[in-house]
Amino acid sequence: MEWRDEGIILGTRRHGETSVILEAMTLGHGRHLGLVRGGRSRTMQPVLQPGNRVDLTWRARLDEHMGTFQAEPMEHHAARLFGSATGVFGLQACAAHLRLLPERDPHPRLYETLGILLEHLDEPQGAGELFIRFELMVLDELGFGLDLGRCAATGATEGLAWVSPKSGRAVSREAGEPWADKLLALPGFLLRGSGQRADGEGVRRALALTAYFFNRHVWEPRGMREPQERAGLAQALRRHFESGEGNAA
Amino acid sequence: MPVPVYLSPMSRRIAGPEIEKLIQLLAKVPGLGPRSARRAALHLIKKKDQLMGPLAGAMADAYDKVGTCSVCGNVDTVDPCNICTDPRRDGSVIIVVEDVSDLWALERAGAMTAARYHVLGGTLSPLDGIGPDDLNIAGLVDRVAAGGVAEIILAVNATVEGQTTAHYVTDRLSGFEVKVTRLAHGVPVGGELDYLDDGTLAAALRARTNF
Repeated sequence: MEWRDEGIILGTRRHGETSVILEAMTLGHGRHLGLVRGGRSRTMQPVLQPGNRVDLTWRARLDEHMGTFQAEPMEHHAARLFGSATGVFGLQACAAHLRLLPERDPHPRLYETLGILLEHLDEPQGAGELFIRFELMVLDELGFGLDLGRCAATGATEGLAWVSPKSGRAVSREAGEPWADKLLALPGFLLRGSGQRADGEGVRRALALTAYFFNRHVWEPRGMREPQERAGLAQALRRHFESGEGNAA
Repeated sequence: MPVPVYLSPMSRRIAGPEIEKLIQLLAKVPGLGPRSARRAALHLIKKKDQLMGPLAGAMADAYDKVGTCSVCGNVDTVDPCNICTDPRRDGSVIIVVEDVSDLWALERAGAMTAARYHVLGGTLSPLDGIGPDDLNIAGLVDRVAAGGVAEIILAVNATVEGQTTAHYVTDRLSGFEVKVTRLAHGVPVGGELDYLDDGTLAAALRARTNF
């Protein structure tokens, strides 16, 4: 068995003294693991950092084997993301979300979005919004997508302000007013065509919104908690917006 | 896990159980496989009085006395360790490292002879299930909270996991009046630009200094 594909590295685990088990999100083969012989060498270690895009060749005798990877560097994102808290926490949080998906299940939309996200994760102003859109897409790929396009009660497409915690569908301001204390806030920048930019409060509310549905549909049923890295990213974003840099931009 | 050849029931026993156990244990040492463990065992047996006896004694001594420093997490035969009690080190600068091997490497470099250390015991690694509670971060916060610390140098590996840990530690120390610095990333001594990876080159360019 052999295939060649591009992939974004999610993580590595040491295997013996010289090799690593590489976990990568590939374009056509989904999240895939494989052994990289000599992966702990001085030349390979910089290449096999999470966030880097690599050209992968996978070989195994049988399809169900873990197999071995041969990796060639394409784009180095890791070194750029090192210096920024949103960069490293965001990268690790994305990897944690992708680990929720089954192995070897292709998700080309997520792969493309991850590639765009990696370009901007070290820019806190845009990283928050992009990360939330990535989370909404992960929920969608897991089968728990939110419908934020029209009101669940009236069918209206204007004036949407809430999300129903039961159905995950948007609710307009008028229809949701009597149940405002039970509904989740829908930040304006998530509405299609709103043209709004994400501010500190909007990002905070959007993170709370996605966290609610991750917790309800994914984390709690699997006995998991919110990943530490996601909390780190939320804190880094809050610090950025509180510092005034976010408002000035 | 495959049974090593020297333990396989099908293979002929070539030595007594004591020697086989010695080989088996030596094979667990990093850098030694079954074949090199056999060579090491044979060498020890040949130099029984000059090497094997003193080595066994040294290992027994170390086993009895070595422990982890309750202050910094270093390994030593006394607690607190010799670095923590060294009067030439004032304790205002603490270098945070991932492992004891990193502490030894920095001591060999001898660039910061007046600094003390703090060993985290690893890095945050979601893939290996290592979270903040598994690391010695609370001990570092306690040391800073006790006062007298002016600078924390984060000397963690230049990997995503190392840098994630560095940012997490910085977050935990954000409430204290302490300067937090980290090691530079860039061209190693003797490194040729042509052979460096793109990420290191880009980091070196971003961190360029006046000349």
